[in-house]
Amino acid sequence: MAIDLSASTVDVAQMKVVPRRHPWRWVGVAIVLITVATLIQGFLTNPRYQWGVVGDYLLSGAVLAGLGRTLQLTAIAMTIAIILGIVLALMRLSQNPVLRVVAGAFVWLFRGTPLLVQLLFWNFISALFPTISIGVPLLGPEFVSFDANTVIPTFVAAILGLALYESAYMSEIVRAGILSVDRGQFEAAQSIGMRRSLLMRKIVLPQAMRVIIPPTGNETIGMLKFSSLVSVIGLPELLNSVQLIYARTFETIPMLIVATIWYLVVTTVLTIGQFFIERYFGRGARPQAQGTPIGQFLRKAFTFHDKSRKESAQ
Amino acid sequence: MSSAIISARGVQKSFGRVDVLKGIDLDLFEGQVMCLLGPSGSGKSTFLRCVNHLESVSGGVLTVHGQLVGYRERRGRLYESSEAEICRDRSDIGMVFQHFNLFPHMTVLENLTIGPVTVRGKSRKAAAVRAVELLDQVGLGDKLKAYPRQLSGGQQQRVAIARALAMEPRLMLFDEPTSALDPELVGDVLAVMKNLASEGMTMLVVTHEMGFAREVADVVVFMDGGVVVESGPPGEVLDNPRNERTRAFLSAVL
Repeated sequence: MAIDLSASTVDVAQMKVVPRRHPWRWVGVAIVLITVATLIQGFLTNPRYQWGVVGDYLLSGAVLAGLGRTLQLTAIAMTIAIILGIVLALMRLSQNPVLRVVAGAFVWLFRGTPLLVQLLFWNFISALFPTISIGVPLLGPEFVSFDANTVIPTFVAAILGLALYESAYMSEIVRAGILSVDRGQFEAAQSIGMRRSLLMRKIVLPQAMRVIIPPTGNETIGMLKFSSLVSVIGLPELLNSVQLIYARTFETIPMLIVATIWYLVVTTVLTIGQFFIERYFGRGARPQAQGTPIGQFLRKAFTFHDKSRKESAQ
Repeated sequence: MSSAIISARGVQKSFGRVDVLKGIDLDLFEGQVMCLLGPSGSGKSTFLRCVNHLESVSGGVLTVHGQLVGYRERRGRLYESSEAEICRDRSDIGMVFQHFNLFPHMTVLENLTIGPVTVRGKSRKAAAVRAVELLDQVGLGDKLKAYPRQLSGGQQQRVAIARALAMEPRLMLFDEPTSALDPELVGDVLAVMKNLASEGMTMLVVTHEMGFAREVADVVVFMDGGVVVESGPPGEVLDNPRNERTRAFLSAVL
């Protein structure tokens, strides 16, 4: 029915507003609730989860040692990968064609082969090069020479495998970050007389960080999980530690749950850390939209700190 | 009027097969304000960017402060300048961009001190003192701790001018400094520029602000198609243009 506002008998402003109904949402909610209830019932009533065993081993020495080694592998490999990734990205963006080609070839090689294959390669490197020596290539004298098996023990092989593989990915992330910085920023920095190295360090990389950090957080979480591949070369990290236990006790499922719980705990901690790093590098920028559920929760929890918002509201 | 700060003789610039500058001759003397006018694509901005070597010239001779831009002459040969030499030359030339290009991850104060501290080796404290003076001059003394995005376009551009001045330049380049601003903010920026001109700064300004050119410029240069069509005092070029193209452009703008 058409409403004629000029007719004084109709007072639209006083009418009751009925919100739009969303019946399908309730169907969705029902499906989700039923599924979740079924899962929880399974957790609680299926005796083969053996929650008692999970509790016994969750904080056991062998598992914690494995967790420690997983964290160590992730931290060292990621640190090397980030530094090497930045170097490779700068090489790919450099004006020197030799550097560009070398960096491109590196990324091609390490991104193009499976991590598992690379780990096995590093582990058996002594079969390829029994001795490693430092000297002048091709003709010169050898200064020192090592037995490859002693210089590259399993732990170093694992670090090399993880770090080199990851650095190929990190270099692409860093490169994308640098390319995302506006041309005008380069020109403004050049026009006040900054050299390229200074310009990169002070102007471009800090801004590229905003683009680099979120995928790097993903990569770190990925690295935490990729590090479980190292179990194939017999390094007792988290997965290998629980494997050693269930090989003995046959409590396979509860031990895998122990590992799962720890991976989830560390991933959660990393996600929280990522939130704070992102906020640091986002200073001076618009408040970022969305992010992970944990990030959204933290953002709500910590907005009273957000000085920039308060000031801009004034 | 003493020495020429910028001297151009037959300056050419081409991007691939496109000739943007086809032989520019002009002189800018110390303390002068020169406005470059002309339709878009006429090469004004390109010439400006050649002055501080953001673009390299493809032909002709361009000197700034008596030095060849991009080259050093030694024993009858021209050597391409090293990065250090280019940076030293640039640090004496302030540049203001159409889109401000403030560093968004730094506060206003840091924007002003980063150059003097990292390039000139000034102490942080001395740089900050000078920065506060300059911000007062452009009327933004209360915005030290603000980030660029919290400022209006006009305020950002005034900060950008202060950032350029913090390097104590001997020459200022302005590349359409008011073109990206809302009309009501243009006046503040022009006022700062007028003030600067009255203090005797040598300025090369690419602009579409005819009023500013008429009032402040010592020399107005009209460019079209990569050449200087007409140049002279604003009264002559703007009011009695001799060239047909100048006349057509001015009647379209005014």
